[in-house]
Amino acid sequence: MKRTLEWQIATVKAIRQETANVKTLTLALLKWVPHRPGQHYDIRLTAEDGYSAQRSYSIGSEPERHGEIDITVEPIRDGEVSPFLDDVVVVGDRFEVRGPIGGYFVWEASDGGPLLLVAGGSGIVPLMAMARHRAAVGATVPARLLYSSRSFDDIIYRADLDALANRDGLQVFHTLTRSQPEGWQGFARRIDDRMVAEVNKPFGPKAQVFICGPTALVETAADAAEAAGVAAERIKTERFGPTGA
Amino acid sequence: MESERDLMLDGNAAAGVLQEIFGEEMTTALTTCDECATVSQMAMLRVFSGGPGLVLRCPACEAVMVRIAQTPRGTFVDVRGVRQMRLPLPSIR
Repeated sequence: MKRTLEWQIATVKAIRQETANVKTLTLALLKWVPHRPGQHYDIRLTAEDGYSAQRSYSIGSEPERHGEIDITVEPIRDGEVSPFLDDVVVVGDRFEVRGPIGGYFVWEASDGGPLLLVAGGSGIVPLMAMARHRAAVGATVPARLLYSSRSFDDIIYRADLDALANRDGLQVFHTLTRSQPEGWQGFARRIDDRMVAEVNKPFGPKAQVFICGPTALVETAADAAEAAGVAAERIKTERFGPTGA
Repeated sequence: MESERDLMLDGNAAAGVLQEIFGEEMTTALTTCDECATVSQMAMLRVFSGGPGLVLRCPACEAVMVRIAQTPRGTFVDVRGVRQMRLPLPSIR
């Protein structure tokens, strides 16, 4: 798709608290175009003195929702953009965005499956766009999500994931690495080879794998998927680090 | 203390800047490392953005492939670490 990337003004339409320190901003866009699930937008903030800072944020919403996108923000210490988006922004604020951007880490229902999604922390965001898209178009592609969070209260989109699991057949496997509530039935350690193999077992080498999270998690999960027989070209990764800075 | 490796991103994070420079979606473009000849999609390159610009390194040998600096005088792009770049055919989407 040949399309010049143009900056446009986004207006904050709604703000939702996801966890104690993670928020979702719904941005209304006059020049909205449907994105491919997994894509992101660049956000540019410009100070009165002309200094500007720019970061990219994955889209968490599905392209079937017209005219607006959700981005989910986790504040990064000493960051230039995320503290503003986290603390300062109120409904009605406007700032510059451009997108949708990216063509590698994307999945559409027509790409088929079975789909194995692996996320750590706010790495869930682009995978959520894929899961919501799958549900919105009524796709029956088998899909499993392995999601690592520090604690139960740190699980981003927890209620939405429950709903996708109950209504739309997304199979969700949580692992909590730091603390677990009493009676916790899920995994309770960092993602490792054995965990990926167990979750991917029904899919085997046929899985299409998307992994998003910190570098260490991405590399562990990608190696584990390869060890489970998935060809490297069926494994797509996105590292997030200080993208939210 | 965060190490340089903790701050490492990948080519997905540079997608906007790359599209601005090349006028196309570039994360699926194939690049050949001039140092070790490994062929990678640009999304898979290691991206270091801690300094004043962006540095894209080969995922296999970590040689510097692309340097991008956006300054008030214009955008500087150094691609001497790329032996060859293959852009995807224009999509009909």
